Amino acid sequence: MSDFLKKEREFVVPGDLIVVSMDNLPGKNAYREGEGIYAKKLGLVTIANRVVSVIPLNGIYIPKVSDMVIAEIKEIQSNGWVLDINSPYEAFLPLSGVRGYIDTNRTKLSTVYDIGERIYAKIIVVNQLDNMYASMHDPETRKLKGGRLITMNPAKVPRLIGRAGSMIATIKKCTSCDIYIGHNGVIWLEGGQMDKAMEAIKLVEEQAYTTGLTDRVTAMLGGKKEEKDEESGREETGRTETFED
Amino acid sequence: MGEEMKDMRYIRELLERGQRADGRALDEFRKVQLEIAPYEKPEGCAIATIGETRVMAGVKMEVGEPFADRPDEGVLMVNAEFSPLASPDFETGPPSVVSIELARVVDRGIRESGVVDLKKLCMIPKESVWIVCVDLQILNHDGNLIDAAALAAVAALLNAKIPEYKDEMINYEKKTVKLPVKAKPVTVTVFKFGPHLLLDATVTEGGMSTAAMVVATNEVGNICALQKLGTEGISEEEVLRMWAMASEKAKELRKLL
Amino acid sequence: MKRADGRKPDELRPLKIEVGVVPNANGSALFSFGRTTAIAAVYGPRPLHPRHLQVSGRAYLRTIYSLVPFSTTERNRPGPSRRSKEICKVTMNALEPAVFLEEFPKATIDVFIDILQADAGTRTAGINAASMALADAGIPMRDLVASVAAGMVEGEHIVDLAGKEEETTACDMPVAYMPGKKKITLLQLDGNIAPDDAAKVLKLALEKCEYIYERQKEALRAKWVKK
Repeated sequence: MSDFLKKEREFVVPGDLIVVSMDNLPGKNAYREGEGIYAKKLGLVTIANRVVSVIPLNGIYIPKVSDMVIAEIKEIQSNGWVLDINSPYEAFLPLSGVRGYIDTNRTKLSTVYDIGERIYAKIIVVNQLDNMYASMHDPETRKLKGGRLITMNPAKVPRLIGRAGSMIATIKKCTSCDIYIGHNGVIWLEGGQMDKAMEAIKLVEEQAYTTGLTDRVTAMLGGKKEEKDEESGREETGRTETFED
Repeated sequence: MGEEMKDMRYIRELLERGQRADGRALDEFRKVQLEIAPYEKPEGCAIATIGETRVMAGVKMEVGEPFADRPDEGVLMVNAEFSPLASPDFETGPPSVVSIELARVVDRGIRESGVVDLKKLCMIPKESVWIVCVDLQILNHDGNLIDAAALAAVAALLNAKIPEYKDEMINYEKKTVKLPVKAKPVTVTVFKFGPHLLLDATVTEGGMSTAAMVVATNEVGNICALQKLGTEGISEEEVLRMWAMASEKAKELRKLL
Repeated sequence: MKRADGRKPDELRPLKIEVGVVPNANGSALFSFGRTTAIAAVYGPRPLHPRHLQVSGRAYLRTIYSLVPFSTTERNRPGPSRRSKEICKVTMNALEPAVFLEEFPKATIDVFIDILQADAGTRTAGINAASMALADAGIPMRDLVASVAAGMVEGEHIVDLAGKEEETTACDMPVAYMPGKKKITLLQLDGNIAPDDAAKVLKLALEKCEYIYERQKEALRAKWVKK
């Protein structure tokens, strides 16, 4: 049995030694050096099975495969669109990533997606950070028109989603607002009580790393806590970074 | 292009085994030559050649005001020019941070050891003192620029003569009194490649090394200047080994001055 | 031996450390040794322009150190001096080994260090602040970097030189260290000192870096862990 120097949910800074053991594996934001597993980023330790990871408390958005992002069309090229995904790196949406057939002889690409328009897209390929592809094939993807756009710290998005989507389901239900969350920290809202929803989102962002948050958000919205997102059937799961409450 | 790449890979493989492409030992310098006063015009000058690296140092003197906080001392300035003729990697334009660093590191080695007795260069305190400008001109870059530049600089100072100063005019045609020098510091850079420490890296070897330590020592073996270079961290033990290696080699090089 | 300001030889000036002082930045921190104060702000990783500065395979750690005009005894003219440029370079080299630059090819991580008050030890204060700012920004790092300058006055090895000590010391040795990895990332020296003494001065500096390291961790925790 390995002796952990840092416990589950303990705050660590880069360089902190979490455990000395060859039985454990370094997960996200942790690294191995010799027999030790160390923290790579400032965050909270989390141990799942034998994998030691760190949930980052801050950081710019680093895209991963199957992330849903809210992107802005930045540039139109002959074979697709360059997307701004609120990251140091752009993603590319190729023609093949769009539903339906586009005859480039007859259709101008700007009529499909124009510069400045916003889409809810899925990241499907990450070769290297400067070589990423997005797709609009997933049934969740769509063009986003009207509505309101806000940005939040991408590190806190998993908290906004909540376990099995419970946090966001609660907010949507209580405000009747349609909300799309991009893993890149961009959020789009439409309809219902948008101001109330935005207040709730702000509360989550400010108190992301506390416990009992869902109850407080529910109380603030004057509603009932949802077990999971029944409404749209959207898969709002995060990855290892989701929080319990 | 392919030819060069092969060379790099070969050089790297050799270094990994602690060997060098030209057969030198890790602590061996290429051929070092020092030309003293090859030209007459500057107050002092010298050309240091290490392998194919050539650096010329020229000393020019002017009369001017001392620094406010040192009113009774002369002024010493060191500047470096990475002339584009010396290497395909040098560009025209303002001094790069690398050239600034070289000048400042060479300066430290000279200044801290007290090579030039600045107190003897004061004519009228607070008003007029001799300003000694050492300019380093890189003539060919094949690695280990700092060691060559420092050697040339000290040699130039050691043979420099002060121009005559009469009626507030400098007569550059008449130079008789030697610059008052009182030390012979030598600068040696130790390069790190993996676990190996080596001296006098060529341009290629220098490009592959991840860290280096510039060490300036004086005749009694005291350390006058240090500068760690590079992007890799080094251990305390490595630091002490580097100091010892540089100090040892400096004794040899000092014989040339 | 009592120093000019009454400190013991191995005593640091009072430290003031705070994380998150620049809300606009991705990460930021303030670090003071007595009357020397540095603020560091980190932006990035972010796209790097112009493209010719891009380094293939890793991020560029663009480090800019500057003395604000009112920081020095006599007003410091704005604009980088040769000294500032050299400090930018050695600071960058002091921080690079700590950052996983390979994770962000062709991007830049911008580190801005402003010295608000300069009373010796500015580059070491800057490195201490910058290292916390990088961690605060969520940048992946191997370790934090701690830094301090040490020297020798009247035969005694002293740490955190201030004021006149910079002139009377046998050597001025700024050091930066990753205490967790036991790697030195900055080492400079000006002076005239026997190698044995230099080795002892170095050891003293490394010990103090370990102490500063613990204080840096406390400051990061103080910002992020709320009861």
